[in-house]
Amino acid sequence: MYSLRDKYAIAGIGCTAFSKNSGRTVRSLASEASLAAINDAGLKVADVDGFVSFNFNDSVPAISVATEIGVPDVRYANDFLSGGNAANMIVLTAAAVIEAGLAETVVCYRAMNGRSGFRLGGGRDLSAHGITQFTAPFGWITYPQAMAMWCRRHMIEYGTTAEQLGEIAVTFRGNAVDNPRAMQREPITLDDYMASRMIVDPFRMLDICLETDGACAVVVTKAERARDLRHKPVYIAGGAYGGGPNQGEDLFDALRWPDHSHNYAKYIADDLWRSAGMGPADIDMAQIYDCFTYSVLMQLEGLGFCKEGEGGSFIGGGRIARDGPLPLNTHGGLLSEGYIHGLNHVLEAVQQLRGDAGPRQVPGVETCLTTAGAMTCGSAMVLRS
Amino acid sequence: MSYAKPLPVPDVETRPFWDGCREGKLLLQRCTDCGHKRFPPTHFCPNCRSAGQEWVESSGHGRVFSWIVVRHPVPRDIYAGEVPYVVALVTLDEGVRIATNIIGCAPEAVTADMPVRVTFREATPEITLPLFEPAPAS
Repeated sequence: MYSLRDKYAIAGIGCTAFSKNSGRTVRSLASEASLAAINDAGLKVADVDGFVSFNFNDSVPAISVATEIGVPDVRYANDFLSGGNAANMIVLTAAAVIEAGLAETVVCYRAMNGRSGFRLGGGRDLSAHGITQFTAPFGWITYPQAMAMWCRRHMIEYGTTAEQLGEIAVTFRGNAVDNPRAMQREPITLDDYMASRMIVDPFRMLDICLETDGACAVVVTKAERARDLRHKPVYIAGGAYGGGPNQGEDLFDALRWPDHSHNYAKYIADDLWRSAGMGPADIDMAQIYDCFTYSVLMQLEGLGFCKEGEGGSFIGGGRIARDGPLPLNTHGGLLSEGYIHGLNHVLEAVQQLRGDAGPRQVPGVETCLTTAGAMTCGSAMVLRS
Repeated sequence: MSYAKPLPVPDVETRPFWDGCREGKLLLQRCTDCGHKRFPPTHFCPNCRSAGQEWVESSGHGRVFSWIVVRHPVPRDIYAGEVPYVVALVTLDEGVRIATNIIGCAPEAVTADMPVRVTFREATPEITLPLFEPAPAS
């Protein structure tokens, strides 16, 4: 269990513009976001000595970013071969690295040309090796196709409806209207959602997140050091990373997963809440990993905000709206802000906890949950001001 | 005309499965120590860690666990002529789960727990795919 409650903090955040065609190298995007986060913290490049990132063979190594921005002394640099499941894990890893004395101030980033460059699940590989030989030959290739199979199970088990998924898409889009970073800022209605093109039944176009060129970065350092820096520190109260048995051979593979109506969240919930010394009732708002609308339901259920199977009704009635009792994805999420593989959720959490989110600021926020991952493996954190 | 869709590349662990499909048999691994049946193929038994294993023929019957209907083709040039098609997870009577296509009925006719049975379709001289079609309850 994560045992460093409130000992580490996020002291700075930074990002590039989010677009469909950056016209830039991924390395330059990573460098821009990292520099912005270092500046935001009020630090100099020479104050940073660690880098942690994750990628799907679609990004650049941490050492290349440290090299481009001229870090004089790189004590720790590591790249995880991971998907969105790692977006909170890398922040927890930064704290662990500093606790171990391997570095003092660590930049965590995710950078990709996710639309103009390498598109996840493009399916161009006609030779299906490894576990993929049991999926791709049946035309089961993309992540929307993978997750739709999970969503169907929730519909079978619990009667979850398209309208309930639509409520999530409409709510998050409404939040993006007030977010200048967001790629999709036109409000939508439930009718728009229902009329959007069926991509892979049960998923419509508006169930599926954006593809994005861009980068996000955060700076992690000791809490007492963060207190001397420019912004009010955002403390890492707790966190967890993992999943259940039978997580499979890669992120796509869930052939042996017991039932796709729940995901990693139920397996990390106990560790998460115990590490933070909190429970769902202590959470003021949450940024939930929403590569698809459906993944939000499994995480709310798995982490104990409602009972298993009740996510669809739980999110109704304005509960997750910005002025509701549990505001979710106040930046618009992966569905409407952009897909920086979940690290953009951490940026939004920090802005909200600083009281720095402008027109989309939720008043009086002291705790924010962030999650990362949708399927058999994921990570989550409780952040607090 | 050459086969345009992704093809399995058998390896040392999976070759017996694909050889079986070519011969019209759906084969599963069975642990020779604890009897646990497993799919997809692995070297060790996840139940007892034994490396002892043999291949046994499945009944070929199962039920639809979950399914999707692909309507937007990805990649377009490969699947434009295939949509709509059904990808399903089928739980075989032996208890293991396999990904496949459901053929022989309209996509809208697929339902949860629908009984299905295996039917083989040759893709190339080397590779035959195990697909499933509606079946009377087994």
